Amino acid sequence: MSYLSTPTPEQVAEHGLNTQEYETLCKQLGREPNLNELGICSVMWSEHCSYKSSRIHLAKFPTKSDKVICGPGENAGIIDAGDGDAVVFKMESHNHPSFIEPYQGAATGVGGIMRDVFTMGARPVASLNALRFGEPDHPKTRSLVAGVVAGIGGYGNCVGVPTVGGEINFDPGYNGNILVNAMCVGLARADSIFYSAAKGTGNSILYVGARTGRDGIHGATMASAEFADDTEEKRPTVQVGDPFTEKRLIEACLELMATGNIIAIQDMGAAGLTSSSIEMADKGGVGIEIDLDRVPQREADMSAYEMMLSESQERMLIILKPGSETQSRQIFTKWELDVDVIGKTTDSGRLVLSHKGEIVCDIPVAPLSDLAPKYDRPWKKQEKAPVLDANTLPNRDPIDALCRLMSCPDMASKRWVWEQYDRHVMGDTQADSANACDAAIVRIHQTQKALALTSDCTPRYVKADAFRGGKQAVAESWRNLIAAGAEPVAITNCLNFGNPEKPEIMGQFVRAVEGMAKACEKLSFPVVSGNVSLYNETNGKAIPPTPTVGGVGILKNIGHAIGFGNAKDGDLLYLVGQSNGWLGSSLYARDIEGLSGHRPPPVKLSVERNNGKFVAKAIRRSLVHAVHDLSDGGLACAAAEMAIASDVGLALEANDEMSSHAWLFGEDQARYLLAVPSNRLNQLQRLAYQRHVSFTYVGEMVGDNVKIGAARIAVTELRRKWEQWLPEYMESINGNESK
Amino acid sequence: MRAAIIVFPGSNCDRDAADAIVKISGRRPKMVWHRETQLPDVDLVILPGGFAYGDYLRPGAMAARSSIMKDVHHHAKSGRLVLGICNGFQVLTEIGMLPGALLPNAGMKFICKPVALTVVKTSTPFTSGFTKGQVLQIPVAHHDGNFFAQQDELSRLEDEDQVVFRYQSNPNGSVNDIAGLSNIAGNVVGMMPHPERAMTNGKAKGDGDRLFKNLMETLG
Repeated sequence: MSYLSTPTPEQVAEHGLNTQEYETLCKQLGREPNLNELGICSVMWSEHCSYKSSRIHLAKFPTKSDKVICGPGENAGIIDAGDGDAVVFKMESHNHPSFIEPYQGAATGVGGIMRDVFTMGARPVASLNALRFGEPDHPKTRSLVAGVVAGIGGYGNCVGVPTVGGEINFDPGYNGNILVNAMCVGLARADSIFYSAAKGTGNSILYVGARTGRDGIHGATMASAEFADDTEEKRPTVQVGDPFTEKRLIEACLELMATGNIIAIQDMGAAGLTSSSIEMADKGGVGIEIDLDRVPQREADMSAYEMMLSESQERMLIILKPGSETQSRQIFTKWELDVDVIGKTTDSGRLVLSHKGEIVCDIPVAPLSDLAPKYDRPWKKQEKAPVLDANTLPNRDPIDALCRLMSCPDMASKRWVWEQYDRHVMGDTQADSANACDAAIVRIHQTQKALALTSDCTPRYVKADAFRGGKQAVAESWRNLIAAGAEPVAITNCLNFGNPEKPEIMGQFVRAVEGMAKACEKLSFPVVSGNVSLYNETNGKAIPPTPTVGGVGILKNIGHAIGFGNAKDGDLLYLVGQSNGWLGSSLYARDIEGLSGHRPPPVKLSVERNNGKFVAKAIRRSLVHAVHDLSDGGLACAAAEMAIASDVGLALEANDEMSSHAWLFGEDQARYLLAVPSNRLNQLQRLAYQRHVSFTYVGEMVGDNVKIGAARIAVTELRRKWEQWLPEYMESINGNESK
Repeated sequence: MRAAIIVFPGSNCDRDAADAIVKISGRRPKMVWHRETQLPDVDLVILPGGFAYGDYLRPGAMAARSSIMKDVHHHAKSGRLVLGICNGFQVLTEIGMLPGALLPNAGMKFICKPVALTVVKTSTPFTSGFTKGQVLQIPVAHHDGNFFAQQDELSRLEDEDQVVFRYQSNPNGSVNDIAGLSNIAGNVVGMMPHPERAMTNGKAKGDGDRLFKNLMETLG
């Protein structure tokens, strides 16, 4: 087989191009492509790189505000943190590789998103991870949890970026397709941000970092296909990470950036050398010539095809200012990284590759990006889910229900996980997963300012009503940042869905995006970066739709950071927001009653905003000891978490307007639980009255027990139940022992 | 206090250690690249935490053979101070400046959590301001902090009063709960917990400050 020959129809099909896409390609070239060109085009036009099914819908997101420096389209989004500080962040999926090889899949997910951030000139300062696993009893779940967690820790700990937050859920819907969404946040100076446009011709293209090997070839294509039972055979396409190289690459790139030698820089992520060179050339309006013989190679006799499609990790492409080659090389040599000038920018507008004295690829750059397929796929609106009438549910012992929820896999303490993550390196972590706070808090180095970071999604809501669920994911992120004392600024997202070629899946995607867009708009919470992961299916069964939201907020004064672990004996508990006892698609309905698919709680964005502004003001005026947002498990679980974290008991009032389970476990939105010192109550009440906020007394912090009516449980006992599930599950040899 | 911090490829607590020194002494330490052969004229050398050479081969094994380590050894022999934190402690055992070895944690997992340490030895410049039996809260973050020494070596270092800190509740399987160790002279100390991560910051009072303040009192 020669890579210079014209591909057969079978080869075209193997590359995932449909007839129409292949015809477009031929028309652009004015001839049929050779196999190298077909390979390059197939990855550029894969769902993963081209966003062909999602692009027209992603345009619905609001992406601007006076704090947005750079919105979607670059390696990561950037917001202004004041005083010349800029926050660079993005979230990305590594679902498919993590299911096949959990350690390396998760590790390279962390590494990849870090590169997206430091490529822009930022030092990564925090990582978060949103993980969704199958049901605990599924035979693969335990080893997937162990592998993914070890991979995240193994990579992040070594690079020295603290892993400060995230979320973990278990649901049978992810049995055959777990989700690993990694978010990285970095800090840069607003006046020294680096972009990927390779402007100017005749400039040297520097290849730095790890050598190119045969790992990860066609990873982007794999990420754009469904799984079947032969998934195991895909293992050779999973990339292998080396955090030690990543660490050196960060330091070397930041050192080079400080010299002013860089015109453009881009990491080699999905589709490696292909997508990085084409994107840089396209954005700069230039052509690129690469001599593949100069590419540092890990293995002998690699073909041009393999080099262009390799997804070997920890590699960067840099366009240098003329004359700076020697100084630039010295920096990478100092850090013991491979470095070589592999080509130059040209005025041809073409990507020209030579290998062993032959031209092996010669294609125009712009059409590969501009003419990438864009589909308005047919989609179906889901049928309205039925409303669950709380009054039809049986009355149960509230303490027993509370204990079951607090120790269920989704709610139970994740200590077993986060103790394996270095959460404190870099010295700026104020609140991480170990601290009772609705967002992670990371100080902006050597300032009084801080970042608040969170990741959120409630897939059971999105599944029952994609529009409402999408809205809720954004609203909860916003609320979590408010509850931590921060001003919410912008989000990144990672949209995980099934096969978009199925109208009902496409319908979930479209409606979730529209719901998110609406919430972003009403809450002035724009989208600055994101990632779409489709085809999350195994044997035709799609995952629950999971549009993960990564929220970023800013605290002008880190002293305003607050959590829910500081409630004091004697504090009064007040609920902000209206309670209607909404149990549809709640954790209670699912885990206690075995009910799912009912309409999730309404999300009233004007109320959300109003209540949030009130809580923000209460925090800034130091009127509260503790704040907690209400989400999974409603009032009772939020209160229980506050009691456990504060090590003080509490008594919750009954509510005679609704049944006890609806009152305690309903998941109405836009609500917060506040622990109020009695001498601040008047001020708070006045503020609530002025701002038309529903502000209700629900109990007090007192003693050593959590009391609901006449029933009670000691805080220590409740904490034990909450703490024990995950370690027992992970450390049992087989699933049965965990029960 | 004139201090130098050695930077290996893969060090990741070098900046944190430098910040701690600045905070306590008001003076910026010299950052010394591992390929150097000569230390600047300093009183204290810190080998920082991190993953020098990615912990490949064994943690600290390759860093121990970096060219600067000859002069670090010399610096210690002349009676001046060396502090190895976490990965730095591993380097010190690999090069033989401290006895024993640091094995993978008993649970075979990375552990990041605050731990309570008992001060065992107060006759080092690092611990002179503490009292014997005093309890400090300082976090650990490591995968290979399980201190091990053969029985005879262990007895010897206990007899020579080389144990500086012990864990109150052993997180990693270390023999005799050893968390920190000195050489016989007491001028070289290695410890797995990170004092530079336990600095007073805003409302949070940290016991790490006190260790660096002890050094300030000795070194001025």
